[in-house]
Amino acid sequence: MDEQSAENKGRRDRNRLMQVVGLGVIASLVGIAWGLAIDWFPVQASEEASQIDRLWDVVLIVSIPVFVFVQVFVLYCVWKYRMRPGQENQDGAPIHGNTRVEIIWTAIPTIVLLALCIGAYVVLDDIEDARADTMDVRVVGEQFAWTFYYPGEDGEEIASNELYLPTNQSVAFAVQTKDVLHDFWVPAFRMKIDAVPGRTTNIRVTTTERTGTYPVVCAELCGLGHAVMRQNARVVAPEEFDTWLAERARGDVAGGSEDPEAAGEAGAPDGKELFTSTQPSCGGCHTLADAGTTANLGPDLDDSLQGRDEEYIRRAIVEPSADVPAGFEDGIMPPNYDETMQPEQVDALVDYLVEVTK
Amino acid sequence: MAAKLRAPGWYRAIALVIVGVGFAAALDVLIRAGYGYEPVVDGQAIMLVALIAVPFFFLGGMGTFDYWFYYASGRPTRPEDHSSHGAHSWKDYFRVNTDHKVIGIQYVVTSFFFMLVGGLLAMLVRAELAAPGAQFVDPNTYNGLFSVHASLMIFLFIIPVFAGLANYVLPLMIGAPDMAFPRLNALSFWMLPVAGTMMTLSFFAPGGSFATGWTAYAPLSTEVPVGQMFFSIGVQFAGASSIATALNFLVTIITMRAPGMSFWRMPLLVWANFATSLLVVIATPFIAASQFFVLLDWALGFNFFDVENGGDVLMYQHVFWFYSHPAVYIMMLPGFGIISEVLSVKSRKPIFGYRMMAFSLLAIVLLGFTVWAHHMFVSGMQPWIRVPMMITTAIIAVPTGIKIFSWLATMWRGVLRVDTPMLFALGFLTMFVLGGISGVVLAIIPIDIYVSDTYFVVAHIHYVLYGGSVLTIYAGVYYWFPKMTGRMFNETLGKVHFWLTFVSFNATFAPMHLIGVQGMPRRVADYAEQFATWNLVISLSSFVLGLSTLVFVYNMVSSWRGGARAGDNPWRALTLEWQVSSPPPIFNFDSVPTVVGGPYEYGKAGAVHGVFRPAGREAEAIQADEAEKRPAAVTAHGSGTRE
Repeated sequence: MDEQSAENKGRRDRNRLMQVVGLGVIASLVGIAWGLAIDWFPVQASEEASQIDRLWDVVLIVSIPVFVFVQVFVLYCVWKYRMRPGQENQDGAPIHGNTRVEIIWTAIPTIVLLALCIGAYVVLDDIEDARADTMDVRVVGEQFAWTFYYPGEDGEEIASNELYLPTNQSVAFAVQTKDVLHDFWVPAFRMKIDAVPGRTTNIRVTTTERTGTYPVVCAELCGLGHAVMRQNARVVAPEEFDTWLAERARGDVAGGSEDPEAAGEAGAPDGKELFTSTQPSCGGCHTLADAGTTANLGPDLDDSLQGRDEEYIRRAIVEPSADVPAGFEDGIMPPNYDETMQPEQVDALVDYLVEVTK
Repeated sequence: MAAKLRAPGWYRAIALVIVGVGFAAALDVLIRAGYGYEPVVDGQAIMLVALIAVPFFFLGGMGTFDYWFYYASGRPTRPEDHSSHGAHSWKDYFRVNTDHKVIGIQYVVTSFFFMLVGGLLAMLVRAELAAPGAQFVDPNTYNGLFSVHASLMIFLFIIPVFAGLANYVLPLMIGAPDMAFPRLNALSFWMLPVAGTMMTLSFFAPGGSFATGWTAYAPLSTEVPVGQMFFSIGVQFAGASSIATALNFLVTIITMRAPGMSFWRMPLLVWANFATSLLVVIATPFIAASQFFVLLDWALGFNFFDVENGGDVLMYQHVFWFYSHPAVYIMMLPGFGIISEVLSVKSRKPIFGYRMMAFSLLAIVLLGFTVWAHHMFVSGMQPWIRVPMMITTAIIAVPTGIKIFSWLATMWRGVLRVDTPMLFALGFLTMFVLGGISGVVLAIIPIDIYVSDTYFVVAHIHYVLYGGSVLTIYAGVYYWFPKMTGRMFNETLGKVHFWLTFVSFNATFAPMHLIGVQGMPRRVADYAEQFATWNLVISLSSFVLGLSTLVFVYNMVSSWRGGARAGDNPWRALTLEWQVSSPPPIFNFDSVPTVVGGPYEYGKAGAVHGVFRPAGREAEAIQADEAEKRPAAVTAHGSGTRE
């Protein structure tokens, strides 16, 4: 009779294990479907993006069942084996282990993980592989702005505060910093790399045929203005890019305004618009009632520029270290506006600020 | 009054702190005058010297060095009359005490105090992040809030609370009367409030608190205001405390086990702390070094990280992560030990694959030192090192997986007591696995390039440290509360605490995975409009999570004061700490226990882990006796089955 009950118990345990596996498979399928249905990523604006996103899906498909099986197993045990009235003094089965099972759950995860690593290596190798016809862009970070340099025809670099790129173009970024660590990141491209003092770091991005404007983000904590170290990356048609670069080289484009063409045509840039569209924008750090901004990183301009003359305001923009108001630290405001804004833009901004802080 | 100032304690400590400030000021003024620096009296320089010197005056005043000073000066040391053992009123917890049980409680309560402080800072962070744009704090304060939050939670809560729990139960579990070095143990504890106070007070430093994250990456950390030094120096005290405690655990475990307590009969909590202590002793000096570099660069212009003077920035990150990755295991392995105890007792079953559980701990220790550069995949270091680091990082999931599967198998065919400690253990099992999986995801280099420095990382670390470590801490505190206090906690409030924590924890941290992958960077006070909805949900959930902690605090305080008497062994556990009274006698065991079997022989009628001989027998006699009887005892109780 003992033998028979042991056999019954063995059969019951096997049945229960099959139930767990069955529930786990169903829940895993539901979980995978749900995981894949979630809209995880921002738009794909580079070839690397589609590869990384695909790898993410593979990782989801592999890892969701692991998560789901643990949940199902725990819930099943709580359901089947929780103490019932009358079992207060009862113990479980004195099972100390099972070598075969332990080998299986060591070996299978090892194999799966190594396979994942191989897949990751293949993708990594591919996205970092050199491509033909690569365009060079030098990216320089400083507290708290990025400046993008394009090689000009006469060997002189063309500076911009917006990252313009043509479509279907492989771009090699050489990333540098003037002060502390920053991290050059365009989420839509997926790639990022630290800007390291004393070094030049490199990443490659290949744009697709998609045009659009995407944020450039600093991803490494770099001080007070870290959160506002945001600029734009614009991917445009190659012809448009060439025009822009040529104009930029001549120094007569209204770079930094929301709509470069409109601003270029109108001739005189709009100071109020520049206040919020210059990159990094004035309004990202400063409060100015007329422009409707409320940031508190830099001085409240309604107060600090109250009644100041044109000369003072101009110097405060192009040479921010010259006179730092009490209570604020030097080195927070980017010193590169002189370089990345056109003279007529600075004029327009100064005129605007003089006007609204009278 | 004079007698009070001479005797060790708070009066002498406060007096010596004043002396210490004077000493720091005099030393600084003398040196500056000698070198002819202007101004001779420099407030920040004095503050910096005081930060280093005053803690020693404080510790001396409290009396942590008294015995050694007497000994070193050749004066008669006061014979150990054990008068400092045991706590007879709440005031005894505010004095230097060499009893490991008192120190254990001092550790746990102090850590939870700093956990509440750190939690409050997290609430402020979430209040600021509830909507895009600036809410309550300026960016400098915001950066300080999350930096101090992380530093307190890591160095003043998770690491020391585990040391505290182990301090209390580990000597009891191995049948020892105390830790190997009780006076060092007391010193280890008293360095903690020093470190915690320093980090917390940094908010009052000129220029605000340290605001470069708990990672304190150079060269930002060498260029910011003096608040940064409160971290650099505070970490030295927290680190020294951990190293001393770890040495103490190692020596205690190696030399003070009861007769018959072989390594393969040690409860897994003891194994876990053995493994953790190895990690602490080997790794912690590296963070001490990294912060000394920052200190020397900041204060004395050493140029370790100044590239214009031959410094190297990546060096900081390598040294820092060589500690700080193993630190994640320092914050996790003791929790693994707690879960093994709770799951085995509450499932009424032996731990499945006990030896593999111990070996996997050692495997994690070993592999833990080979993965640090996975924090640096986008740091600009040499590219080739990334692939080996990815492989080791993925492989470290194997021993971790072995532990999870073994815990699951331990529950299979058990008789599960699903009470508060067990609920937290199960909560750990289900949540930690997600933290482990997101860890593997982060090891995959192409994905890491995208998600590093985003909220995905914030989600990952909180699933590991909250869903992992903190839930095990709760499980452990509830599990040993009856032993520590002799009282039973309120089970209903315990369950309320669990469900509030479990639900609001997930509502807080799960959405962070999504917003991270959608592109929200971490460590920002302001963010794009598209993340506003999720951030509001996260902030509201986090406030519930914060409030759930108060249920726990109320339960602990009220149960300690007036809970029902717990009895010596309310869980019917076999390990040695439950075989003595609650709370245990001053020297733990009235007679030396002899260990005769494994720690988890549940399911065998009459099985015992240790036996007690009548009091008064000589230790040698017991040992001789035990050597004779042990094989018989093992056979009598069976060694269990491996199916």
